[in-house]
Amino acid sequence: MKHFDKPLLELKNIQRLFSKTAVIDGVSFSVHREEVLGIIGRSGAGKSTLIRCINGLECIDSGQIFFETQNIAQLNDNDRRLIRRRIGMIFQNFNLLSSRRIIDNVALPLKLSGASKANRRRRALDLLDIVSLADKAAHYPVQLSGGQKQRVCIARALATNPSVLLSDEATSALDPETTQSILELLTKIKSHMGLTIILITHEMEIIRSIATRLIVLDQGRILEEGSVRDVFAQPKNETTKSLLQVILPTLPSTIAAKLNFIDGQDAIIEFHISGLEAHEPFLNKLEAETGMVARIIQGGIEYIQNEAIGRFFLAIKATDKQKLEKAYAWLAQHSDKSEIVGYV
Amino acid sequence: MSNLEILFSLVPRAVLDTCWMSAASSFFALFFGLPIGLLLYTTSSGNLFENAWINRPVSAIVDSIRAIPFIILAASIMPITRIVVGKAVGNEAMIFILSISAIPFYARMAELSFRNVEKDLIDTVYSMGATRFQTILEVALPEALPSLITGFTVAIIAIVAASATAGFIGAGGLGQLAISYGYQRYNPTVMTSIIFILIVLNVLIQWLGDRITRKFNHSR
Repeated sequence: MKHFDKPLLELKNIQRLFSKTAVIDGVSFSVHREEVLGIIGRSGAGKSTLIRCINGLECIDSGQIFFETQNIAQLNDNDRRLIRRRIGMIFQNFNLLSSRRIIDNVALPLKLSGASKANRRRRALDLLDIVSLADKAAHYPVQLSGGQKQRVCIARALATNPSVLLSDEATSALDPETTQSILELLTKIKSHMGLTIILITHEMEIIRSIATRLIVLDQGRILEEGSVRDVFAQPKNETTKSLLQVILPTLPSTIAAKLNFIDGQDAIIEFHISGLEAHEPFLNKLEAETGMVARIIQGGIEYIQNEAIGRFFLAIKATDKQKLEKAYAWLAQHSDKSEIVGYV
Repeated sequence: MSNLEILFSLVPRAVLDTCWMSAASSFFALFFGLPIGLLLYTTSSGNLFENAWINRPVSAIVDSIRAIPFIILAASIMPITRIVVGKAVGNEAMIFILSISAIPFYARMAELSFRNVEKDLIDTVYSMGATRFQTILEVALPEALPSLITGFTVAIIAIVAASATAGFIGAGGLGQLAISYGYQRYNPTVMTSIIFILIVLNVLIQWLGDRITRKFNHSR
């Protein structure tokens, strides 16, 4: 990430009202080149409206949007149109034209910008090749599967060589396997073409696999913002935590039901670890240094932006309080978070 | 004249008259109705050229003409027919009247076809930096085409039916034949034959319309 250069896109205090209620309420953020910014929030949080403000599909009631330091509001219609051509967009429902063949769908943005027929054809075929659908050029959209349609949609969005790609829940209509292949394609294109991607989604899974930075949106406001690694390791906000919940280990319900807060055979400890600590054989070290063994009830380590982030529920014998205290102190010292959630 | 003589001497001419009146009126319905439909669609609220000052009056005129029953319309615009065509009876006068009645009908059908083009597609090309005219030319028209053809088929069939009614007020064709032999003299053979020809004509038009629609419809 090159934070030293000027942001590619900058939104300042954006407000958007729907019948006097603010759907977007004072949102500011900037996006740098080759970044993948994920905007996450529940349905109705204003994600879609926000992303549509960027390319003018939604007008803003106050605030400013700068694209490569140009204030979009101060441009005339024609210049704004030229900027739109530099911002590609992909959609949840693909929005392909059913009346056109795949190749003509991909070539449409070029036709709109006045490219010659031969150029359009060549470029469209190249793009279909990138998304590995060159053999479907003469088909109509209806003959394609959802995943293939989204690939066409991506090829079409890239036709005018945009610097930004907006993704509006692009994988929400696809099954997990297809979603994964689309995300891989986006990652590949991003590094080949030096593309900047802004994607909105309600699935943390998507953010985890592709985004570098993340914004949590709720009721039209930014709740939390930071690198995906940081937010995943230490979410500050309750909404963020609950959005993360789906992909985080939780205490098995059989154990959670038996949990009490006073005493029991085992202490259940929620244990978060990241960075170098997560690369250590920490349970072995715990045993070596305190003589206590910990049993993993639930959890694991995952890699986000090449950094290990671990979350576990551990069970440690609680019959000897002193030893438990010692083990707990060791865990607290070697982790981001250690907390005795109860006893069973 | 025997029934067969009547059929052989009068029917071919009547079929030609009906086809000529229907074809010419259908042409005018398309030629004027389609642009008016497009105008109604684009100027309606939330659309490309949103403009209530155009939409409301055009809409009102279209609805007013559609409210008048065909026979009454023919009688009420007779002075205008006389000015435009030169006479108030005959096939050419009927073409004028049929067109006046069919244009608003097809305009509304066309508007409906355009409305059924997904708003998302319009948004999509907008986000590609399309001008409003490009949006109409590259998206609204091609995407609405199958539906426009289906609507036009319905309009032609309505025009054929109306042209038969026009037999009452001085038009030639199958309608006039059916009225003078079937309604006034009650000749069942001639009447049945004409009904049969009308059915065949309608089936043919519908079949052709469906075929062309299918050729342009790539959405299923």
